[in-house]
Amino acid sequence: MPIPFLSIKNLSKRFGSLSANEAISLELYPAEVLALLGENGAGKTTLTKMLYGIYQPDEGELILAGSPVRFRSPADAIRHGIGFVSQHFSLVPSFTVAENVVLGREGSALLNKKVLNDKVRQTAEHFGLALDPTSLIRDLSVGEQQRVEILKSLYRNCQLLILDEPTAVLTPQDVDKLFETLRNLQNQGLSVIIITHKLEEAIAISQRVAVLRLGKLVGVEQTQNTNAKALAKLMVGRDSVPVTRNEQHHQEKTTVLAAKGLTVKDKRGLTTLDNVTLELHAGEVLGIAGVAGNGQTELVDILTGMLKPEKGQVLLAGKTLDLGNTRAFEVAGVGRIPEDRLKGVIADLSVAENLTLEHIPQFSKTGHLNAKAIRQEAENLITTFQIKAKPNDKTRTLSGGNIQKIILARTLSKNPSAVIAAQPTRGLDIGATNFVHEQLLAQKERGAGVLLLSEDLDEVLRLSDRILVIYGGKIVGEFMAAEAELETLGLLMAGSKDVAA
Amino acid sequence: MDFVIALLGATLRIFTPILLAALGETLIERAGILNLGIEGTMLLSAFSGFVVAQLSGSLWLGLSAALLTGILLCVFMGLLSVTLGLNQHVAGLGITLLASGLALFSFRILYGGSSTPPSLERSFAQLALFKGTALEPIFSQYGITYIALLLVPILGWLLMHTSFGLRLRSVGENPEAADIAGLNVYWVRYQALIVGGALMGLAGAYLSLAQLGAFTHGMVNGRGWVAIAIVIFGNWQPSKVFYGALLFGFLQALQLRLQAQGIPLPYEALLALPYIITIIILALAGRNASYPAALLKAYRREGA
Ligand SMILES: Nc1ncnc2c1ncn2[C@@H]1O[C@H](COP(=O)(O)OP(=O)(O)OP(=O)(O)O)[C@@H](O)[C@H]1O
Ligand SMILES: [Mg+2]
Repeated sequence: MPIPFLSIKNLSKRFGSLSANEAISLELYPAEVLALLGENGAGKTTLTKMLYGIYQPDEGELILAGSPVRFRSPADAIRHGIGFVSQHFSLVPSFTVAENVVLGREGSALLNKKVLNDKVRQTAEHFGLALDPTSLIRDLSVGEQQRVEILKSLYRNCQLLILDEPTAVLTPQDVDKLFETLRNLQNQGLSVIIITHKLEEAIAISQRVAVLRLGKLVGVEQTQNTNAKALAKLMVGRDSVPVTRNEQHHQEKTTVLAAKGLTVKDKRGLTTLDNVTLELHAGEVLGIAGVAGNGQTELVDILTGMLKPEKGQVLLAGKTLDLGNTRAFEVAGVGRIPEDRLKGVIADLSVAENLTLEHIPQFSKTGHLNAKAIRQEAENLITTFQIKAKPNDKTRTLSGGNIQKIILARTLSKNPSAVIAAQPTRGLDIGATNFVHEQLLAQKERGAGVLLLSEDLDEVLRLSDRILVIYGGKIVGEFMAAEAELETLGLLMAGSKDVAA
Repeated sequence: MDFVIALLGATLRIFTPILLAALGETLIERAGILNLGIEGTMLLSAFSGFVVAQLSGSLWLGLSAALLTGILLCVFMGLLSVTLGLNQHVAGLGITLLASGLALFSFRILYGGSSTPPSLERSFAQLALFKGTALEPIFSQYGITYIALLLVPILGWLLMHTSFGLRLRSVGENPEAADIAGLNVYWVRYQALIVGGALMGLAGAYLSLAQLGAFTHGMVNGRGWVAIAIVIFGNWQPSKVFYGALLFGFLQALQLRLQAQGIPLPYEALLALPYIITIIILALAGRNASYPAALLKAYRREGA
């Protein structure tokens, strides 16, 4: 048995009365990848934050290379060879790649940009990370920003690299690249902890899997001795059943939402959305498949009234909507499930406030809010949507899955006639994902049109009745879901033109 | 020609304290702290410099006292807004009220209600450059003016080309990123406050130990607020802040000349002129203001 690099002994962390981590003991070995699994709110992030000195454990200790250590700050953890890439990136957008990487480790009082750029370039090359040290963070794609985060830790000579849901924001291609990097690091003797909700990913990359449930460690398995089904059961504590789509299609085609000739140019004058026309019918899920950055964000923003396109119109039930006017879209009956969850709620307000935010007039007479009615409504929604929170909890403290449920509850309780769902299950566990899927299908049954944008092709295929493929700001293909072939979709998404659509 | 030369000389005299204060404020704001204590900090620094110089007979001791006062008040600002995480507007205005009150109160105690303000026997002497040339009247300035001019490129370089500057900017842009990278966010912010405080102290010292050789209640007279506006419109860059301060100084000097020459305009209009024109020009010049993203935000490590 090799000597562990890090031993976690009985680590506990409480937030008020909530036990986020309870007596967790775990060993980490050099040159191994450990996948950390668990449902939303199971305590994965909490555990890793204690390993990086962001949170202080209430009980327990860490033993590093045989001697006990205490990390009072990230600086302490870095000094002991720990690297951490958080769920939400922490980079300075106005700095260059190199500046972000060397920050706090500049090596001398004077910054010699050329020397530093070279050093960063060398480290990046050594670990096979494709990055230009001189580019600004704000010009980089999400995948590239993540590479910067990893490079930051490697530049500090970390021996253990912790990645909190690194694949949630990545395209399939970028996930492959990331895994290649991780295997490379492992070959160089590093240990890696990776948090993910995708079981196939955990199985593909790890040697061991640790599963958390409600703050407790419920199992550590050798990856080769387990499988996705067993892991899922361990995570939720019971067998989980994925939702099944009701196959019968609505025959009559009433158009609820229509977009005509939408065209958008970005700041640099490049066309990001090029003459996009689409119709969303009542009682259907229309899936939009595409690799991130091909115009989906712009499309969603226009269809929810957040962006005014250069050209084009949007009609709801035949009536033209006032473009760029969020309120008008909302009143007309467009429901929005935004891509960036944290932008969909006001993190510092309570759960009850966030749940009722968009229907304020309903709860106020003469500008005075009726606190009792708000609480009542919040409690109803919390029950209906199975949100694990109390009305007065600060929304900031909820796990990702529960924040997403708040947004769903708020949007869907208004019975919108069109629902725009952008990446609705990103970062959600299996249970929560199934719940979201059920809710979206329920909307369709009710007769609403659901527009689903997702980078997860499986999700698009599972839920949609009809699928559009978007590439380079254009709709490049249309399929009935039942007839769509994975391979054809994949090729179109990658911009291949040799496909007869 | 004489008119222009005299005007330029006056410009530099007027602009020095504003430039120093604005440079100090620039550093502090780049670290994420809006220091509204600037006005009071300048006044109390001017006062303590004056008192120490008068009691000890040493201008250099007075200067040190002014610098120290500036530093201490900014460290106090740090205690309130960085360590305790109080609202920066409230903390800054509180410090201005407190420092101004303290200056005026102590002045009363030390010098009673004397109608002629006490003055120093000797204040800092002027240093003439370009002797014997036509430029001499422009560059007959106090040493502090030359220091202020040198500080413009020095601070620009410090911000952009040293690790101190990189760290300082990082805590003003994204303190969480700085923390995760292993920096001590509080300590970096305090460092910015200390350097910035010294500059504000120097601005105060210029007023009482060089320009006036005396102390009066109204001697700062809104220069701190002007400095804050110049920092904003100067886009938080020392070079642009320099141009902003120079512009204001020039307009102020011009306005004074015109008043003296008896221009047929109400003097209130003339008084307002430098403010209005500076704001218009700077607003046009710096419209895509890129303020430090974490300005006004106290940093707290979550869940700690
Ligand atoms: N700073 C905090 N203050 C209060 N409660 C918190 C805080 N951080 C986390 N929690 C709570 O602790 C529990 C565990 O949260 P944690 O973020 O570790 O979950 P997770 O497993 O990472 O979930 P997800 O998959 O959604 O990211 C949750 O119930 C969460 O609401
Ligand atoms: Mg998490």
